[in-house]
Amino acid sequence: MKMLETNNLSKRFGKFTALDGINLEVSEGEVFGFIGPNGAGKSTTIRILLGILKATSGDAKMFGKDAWSDAVDIHKRIAYVPGDVNLWPNLTGGEVIDLFTTLRGAKITEKREQLIERFDLDPRKKCRAYSKGNRQKVALVSAFSSDADLFILDEPTSGLDPLMEQVFQECVLEAKLAGKSVLLSSHILSEVEKLCDRVGIIRQGKIIESGSLTELRHLTRTNLLVETKERLSDLEDFKGVYDVVEKEEAVTFQVDTEELDHVIRHISKFGILKLESAPPTLEDLFMRHYEKKVENA
Amino acid sequence: MYTQLFRGTGALVKLLFRQQRFKIIIWLIAIVVITLSAASAYPTMYQDEQSRQAFALTMENPAMQAMLGPGYELTSYLNSVGTLFAHEMLLFSAVAVAIMSILLLGRSTRADEEDGRTEIIRALSVGQLSYLSASIIVVVVTNLLLAILVGFGLLTLGIEGVDLEGSMMYGAILGMTGLVFGSITALFAQVVETSRGTSSLAFAILIISYLVRAIGDVENDTMSLFSPLGWGVHAKVFMENDWWMIILPILVSLFLLGVTFYLNAIRDVGAGFIPTRKGKKHASAFLKTSFGFVVRQQQVMIISWIIGLFLLGASFGAILGDLETYFADIEFMQAFIVNESGNSMTEQFITLLMAIMSLIGTIPAVMVVLKLKGEENKNRTEHFYSRAVSRTKLMSSYFLLGIIVTVIMQLAVAFGLWLVGMTVMEDALGFGTTFTSAFAYLPAMWVVVGLTVLLVGAIPRLTGFAWGYVVFCFVVLYLSGILDFPEWVNNFSVFEHIPQIPVEDFSIATTTSLIILSMLVTLVGYIGYNKRDITG
Repeated sequence: MKMLETNNLSKRFGKFTALDGINLEVSEGEVFGFIGPNGAGKSTTIRILLGILKATSGDAKMFGKDAWSDAVDIHKRIAYVPGDVNLWPNLTGGEVIDLFTTLRGAKITEKREQLIERFDLDPRKKCRAYSKGNRQKVALVSAFSSDADLFILDEPTSGLDPLMEQVFQECVLEAKLAGKSVLLSSHILSEVEKLCDRVGIIRQGKIIESGSLTELRHLTRTNLLVETKERLSDLEDFKGVYDVVEKEEAVTFQVDTEELDHVIRHISKFGILKLESAPPTLEDLFMRHYEKKVENA
Repeated sequence: MYTQLFRGTGALVKLLFRQQRFKIIIWLIAIVVITLSAASAYPTMYQDEQSRQAFALTMENPAMQAMLGPGYELTSYLNSVGTLFAHEMLLFSAVAVAIMSILLLGRSTRADEEDGRTEIIRALSVGQLSYLSASIIVVVVTNLLLAILVGFGLLTLGIEGVDLEGSMMYGAILGMTGLVFGSITALFAQVVETSRGTSSLAFAILIISYLVRAIGDVENDTMSLFSPLGWGVHAKVFMENDWWMIILPILVSLFLLGVTFYLNAIRDVGAGFIPTRKGKKHASAFLKTSFGFVVRQQQVMIISWIIGLFLLGASFGAILGDLETYFADIEFMQAFIVNESGNSMTEQFITLLMAIMSLIGTIPAVMVVLKLKGEENKNRTEHFYSRAVSRTKLMSSYFLLGIIVTVIMQLAVAFGLWLVGMTVMEDALGFGTTFTSAFAYLPAMWVVVGLTVLLVGAIPRLTGFAWGYVVFCFVVLYLSGILDFPEWVNNFSVFEHIPQIPVEDFSIATTTSLIILSMLVTLVGYIGYNKRDITG
């Protein structure tokens, strides 16, 4: 069953097109990474899914229900953590967590205490005294102490220290083990790589890549490092070869996956002494799309 | 030393002026235009000796002195039409200038600090006191500009008795009142940690100043001089022109600003001097409901208003005794009026009072509903709408509280008036009459609350219009007699349609139509709110 599905979702603010035909799917038990540069439309998509913004066209469904008109019903089964958590200066963290839980229509459980401890949060402090990271902890405790079926996390760790980031990742994995689904929008690509089953990349309001990490890697370049007996020549002229850098004995470069065969055949003529290959990191994938953006501009 | 403390002040002054330019321009235009158009109406209204004598007689009324200040001798009224104008307009204009200064300074000091803007600026190569200096310079310049515009504006009208010295002084009184309340706000901004606390305390001082002056002007002039609002009305502008009443506020402001700079220099950014305590670990059952949450967020503001309005009602109740004696003294007048309508002058006075009080009581109700937009602006409604709370439910919490607040405010005023009035009057106010005359205004207040719901729900960019409408109703109530507005303009104020109980009879038709109107505007607000995008 699809926990979340958007179909040709578009949103315009006046003349500005924020989203242009977004198609997303998150299945049951899946952790979906939603990445893209600032202003690409991640938060707008999430806000439409939450029924806070109304789509200009297309539809957004969660649990098979309409995100706008069935918002209240849907929200009983989801937990949301915004990237920028703004809280009420005169309430304590503990009060806010309780308020959020009851607003979801749920009961407060002992999980609340466990999570407060794991995240090392002082629930008796007023929110005005919290740092950005601590405000995020309030939202995270409230989300993970719930029994939601779908977690929508919009850059939830931008203010956390590495230790708390670790706790956060554990929480996501526990949720996944419990069969929950997660939509994780994030800038921390190592986090996405570690946690997500599938990834969607959004740029200028359009999904430009989506699929499992393996699938995405296949579409892209492999990093190679070679040392040869004879000096490698005319590598730059090959189709699908990029970023050739000579380092003392070795040469590093990237190859489009579909050109790999040609290139290896060519290199082997020079007598290979050493060959290292690394799959592209998500960062490479991501940077490629940034580069494209610059080229387009 | 200078660099360390004040570097970059000039650039920050420009920045703050840019941020607040619309507010400053609107306030200046409003105050100058209203002052000048009112002033130009006086010569035609009071042409002969007779009308001025009648004016003097009205103003001898202790209730009028409590409301508007001590006034002048009869000879002053006969010699200069400026004195009539000053007696009726000066105090309320000064209050308006004080409000302007409190709002401007509260914004550029504690509010900017609370939202983290001050921190960004302090991280640049600017002095420790530059931001505070810039905020104060902006308010000082605004008030000076106001003093000059009003002063020269009055002079150019060429009204009999409005001379150079008097005009300049009238402007200076307004400007200096603004300066004093600006300084008070700046001081509170150092002491309290929140912008809401800062402006609440400054407004509390404004209300107390008004009350101290009101009681002082009726009972004991020396007491008035302890109130910043008392200085202006005791300067006898256009007659004696007591410039000490200008020098005094300057000295007081300099002192307050000195303390402000000192406190600012010794405290950390973001901190105050009132320490914060540890709070609760769990939310109470009441806080966990959305209505309880809405109440909790605004309870301090609401309670302060209840106390304020009760005191205002009580203060007017306190002078009802004097009022009774005063009316008894002028028997011929009383006989005339009682024959005419069967009501005492005290009751007539109460109807006017109730209209003003109801408008004041509308302010906290509008604030309650506007808070929903404020929460949206701060990206905090998303916490509700990303959970199982419908828009109708959250808006209803704010709307319901707004309605409850109108009822409580009317109760507070009527109770204060009746309770104290009872102890000082021989012929006490009827309990029923007092409360009916207060409650008769509820439908009008509900229309304003509904209008606010409409703005927040359907036209969120124009929520400021709610205040514009409240101000318009004040102007119609207070100035329509002087400025002679056409009837259709007055009709736009819902408060004009309320029957003036006990002088007029209660009208089912007006009441029902106002209630229906309030329901209609509210409904449009709800529909709009359910359809629109929420920004945060």
